[in-house]
Amino acid sequence: MRTDLSINGEHFSLEADPRTTLLDALRHHLHLTGTKKGCDHGQCGACTVLVNGRRINSCLTLACMHDGDAITTIEGLGVPGQLSPLQEAFVEFDGYQCGYCTPGQICSATAMLDEVKAGWPSHVTEDVNDMPKLTEAEIAERMSGNLCRCACYPNIVDAIMDVAEGGHK
Amino acid sequence: MNIRFKFDEPDTRHRLDQMSQDIIGKAFDRPDGPMKVSGQATYAAEWEVDRLAHGVLVRAPVARGRLKSLGIEAVSAMDGVIAVLTGERFLRVPAQGTENTAPHQGASDIYYHGQPVALVVAETFEAARHAAHHLALEIETSGPAPVDPEASDTVREETDRSSQGDLDRAMAEAAHTVDVTYRTPGHNSAAMEPHAAIAQWDGDELTLRGAYQMLKFNRNELADSLGIPAEKVRILAPYVGGGFGSKLGISHEGVAAALAAREIGRPVSVVLSRQQVFETTIRRSESRQRIRLAAGEDGRLTGIGHEYLVSNLPEEDFAEPVAQATPFLYAGEHREVVEELARVHRLLAGSVRAPGEAIGVTVLENAMDELAEKVGLDPVELRLRNIPDVDPSSGKPYSSNRLADCLVHGAERFGWDNRNKEPGSERHGEWLIGQGMASAVRVNMLAPAEARVRLSPEGDVTIETDMTDIGTGTYAILTQIASEMLGIVPDRIETRLGDTDFPPGPGSGGSWGAASTGTAVFIACEEIRRRIAKRVAVAETDLTLVDGHAITDNRKIPLPEILAGVAIDVVGELEPGKAQKARRQATYGAYFAEVAVNAVTGETRVRRMLGVFSAGRILNAKTARSQCLGGMTWGIGMALTEALVHDARDGHLINHDLAEYHIPVNADVPQIEVDLLDERDDWANPLQAKGIGELGICGAAASVVNAIYNATGVRVRDYPATLDKVLAGLP
Ligand code: FES
Ligand code: FES
Repeated sequence: MRTDLSINGEHFSLEADPRTTLLDALRHHLHLTGTKKGCDHGQCGACTVLVNGRRINSCLTLACMHDGDAITTIEGLGVPGQLSPLQEAFVEFDGYQCGYCTPGQICSATAMLDEVKAGWPSHVTEDVNDMPKLTEAEIAERMSGNLCRCACYPNIVDAIMDVAEGGHK
Repeated sequence: MNIRFKFDEPDTRHRLDQMSQDIIGKAFDRPDGPMKVSGQATYAAEWEVDRLAHGVLVRAPVARGRLKSLGIEAVSAMDGVIAVLTGERFLRVPAQGTENTAPHQGASDIYYHGQPVALVVAETFEAARHAAHHLALEIETSGPAPVDPEASDTVREETDRSSQGDLDRAMAEAAHTVDVTYRTPGHNSAAMEPHAAIAQWDGDELTLRGAYQMLKFNRNELADSLGIPAEKVRILAPYVGGGFGSKLGISHEGVAAALAAREIGRPVSVVLSRQQVFETTIRRSESRQRIRLAAGEDGRLTGIGHEYLVSNLPEEDFAEPVAQATPFLYAGEHREVVEELARVHRLLAGSVRAPGEAIGVTVLENAMDELAEKVGLDPVELRLRNIPDVDPSSGKPYSSNRLADCLVHGAERFGWDNRNKEPGSERHGEWLIGQGMASAVRVNMLAPAEARVRLSPEGDVTIETDMTDIGTGTYAILTQIASEMLGIVPDRIETRLGDTDFPPGPGSGGSWGAASTGTAVFIACEEIRRRIAKRVAVAETDLTLVDGHAITDNRKIPLPEILAGVAIDVVGELEPGKAQKARRQATYGAYFAEVAVNAVTGETRVRRMLGVFSAGRILNAKTARSQCLGGMTWGIGMALTEALVHDARDGHLINHDLAEYHIPVNADVPQIEVDLLDERDDWANPLQAKGIGELGICGAAASVVNAIYNATGVRVRDYPATLDKVLAGLP
């Protein structure tokens, strides 16, 4: 079946089996392999992309449900030589090792910072009536849907904190 | 040309310290970073290949049996299905690290629940997956198939025993003794990239893009599994999404993809599902460990016993070497190590990050904590009193041993003196607070390795080796070694990895990759330096190379001028020699952890954790620290959440994915601190560097579980320390 997708500002006309997840559409049909498959079951976050600005697990949704949606993948955030602030900070703070969870971490963090700016509380927010403050605990909590077996968590927290505090503009 | 170097004598020259580029050891950003953070790095299943077909493996649903038929009728007419394969070349199990020949093969003889028995190949992944679910396998079960290592009808073999002195007598005569049994469950590597391969034939030549750690061996294993000469096989793995042991040997997906691609005359991709990674690759064996410690009034050890039971499939050789570090970590003249191997029909047991020490040192360090309490001694002091001058089992000197420095420095930095001294006595609101510590130790190894270094006439450097970077930092450290030795800025160095067409190395495993392949690069660079020195007529040792220039007698000459249009191309070859055997070689460290245990729920949170390590020269402060963070985080997982659970009837893995097997998430891990001591180990290799990829897990979990004891007075001897085990004993 045919689905019209807008990915990183570009239009794609996808002709695929209706069972195709958004993740497999990206990886198998559009050769946008920056988005990773770690579990295919919504358990790891490696497949995180932004749909209309919000982070989702692309393995848990079918491509055909996204006709007309604006999708941003890691490829849309920055490329070598023109990295986004978060991408640069991940390099500087070594927020990755094998790099496999990394695109998902960075997409997730990109949306997460917007969620905090919009005042969304989390499980560890002290007072849900106040604007949340981006503490280390807040970052760790909000990034816990993105697993990293290389276990770069402390560096991921540092990288995100650096960008939140205005580094890597 | 090739330059061969055999490492027989300690290298006291410390050449890297005499160079001028000032990049070795620095916190240099990974050159592969921009590709990884932008999603451009190409992992195994991500190569754009024309006419690619997709294969999905099908698992056996019994512990022991024979495959009678595949029941193909149900799927052969399905849309998009191209072929269904099985056969005696399918792997029964993946190869172990450095196996170098085909592992056990054969799809018809089923040895464990989950064993891959067929591959469905289709035009799309969706069609292949659908058909794979609908194969009507006909299987005749056979038995008996014991799945519990400790059950009375399970076969257990004594596979190793060594003893020295008389441990029984030492125990009988000791002022203080500990005789405890601990259990650790199985673990899964759970690398984030599932095993994957794309196979492509060109005539009788096979190219496999795979996710493997040791390409030199994997090539031979794959060729042998297919029954073709190794020269016909090329494996590419420039980026590998984590391994931790699970990708040491050729595995199901590689062989099945190659067989299918040959059969259908098209390239085939096979990617394991996360459930298949858990059920069909490898597990760390569960263990039952009995530790006996005999000590005098003053806590000085007179005897150590370490008896353990681990398991594997029938006919498999690997037994987790639980007591690998027990012979040399602490003093004591009476010693005994006994290894028993239970034969069970659970998936293959093999290497998972730091096989042996990961669980063996952990339990030994728990027992030391118990001894410290009995003797009435600070746990740090107990360890300091028991650091031997020489390896007490062999009498060999240590190549270097800075355990004492790690302990003392760590205790000071952590504020160990301010710890809670009475178990269960520090409470803040709902939370009981406690501190624990443990030593770290991991054996150090060196292996044959080759690497090519080419200096172009323009002064650019290319490094080529089949070594892999599985997140370990190989791209960074090889670039730094060449940069330092040749005085070339890293931007002008390209490091190419993960291709069996390049000179072979031992790969990533056993923490030996950086030292071995790094030395091969060093050897090649030394030869290039000699050639340059000759051209400018100085002794090589007087040659200063920096920023693309040679400096001699106050002259600064650009390299292109010296090279005069001629490239220098050298393959360095390392052969480990007498130095390796002449000394006991290991890396050391100390962990300190602070936990809060909820007095109502029994939940444990790690609040602080520090690791201090000594591993010879640190080649890159940033990537080495990250490796330690990773290892320590695995220690948190081992302590609190990670456990493979097998069904008691057929051994199948109940928690076969990331929702049920709980690896630590970001919120489980505090901002861990890591300190790396400055050290040179002349006996390790000419870099004076030792492996660091596994050290961080070797005992880490013990510091957390010892901290739980300190917080609550509850001694958990059955890993992991989940809240149900803590709750019952809370004050
Ligand atoms: S692949 Fe989607 S959450 Fe793991
Ligand atoms: S960097 Fe390897 S899993 Fe996160």
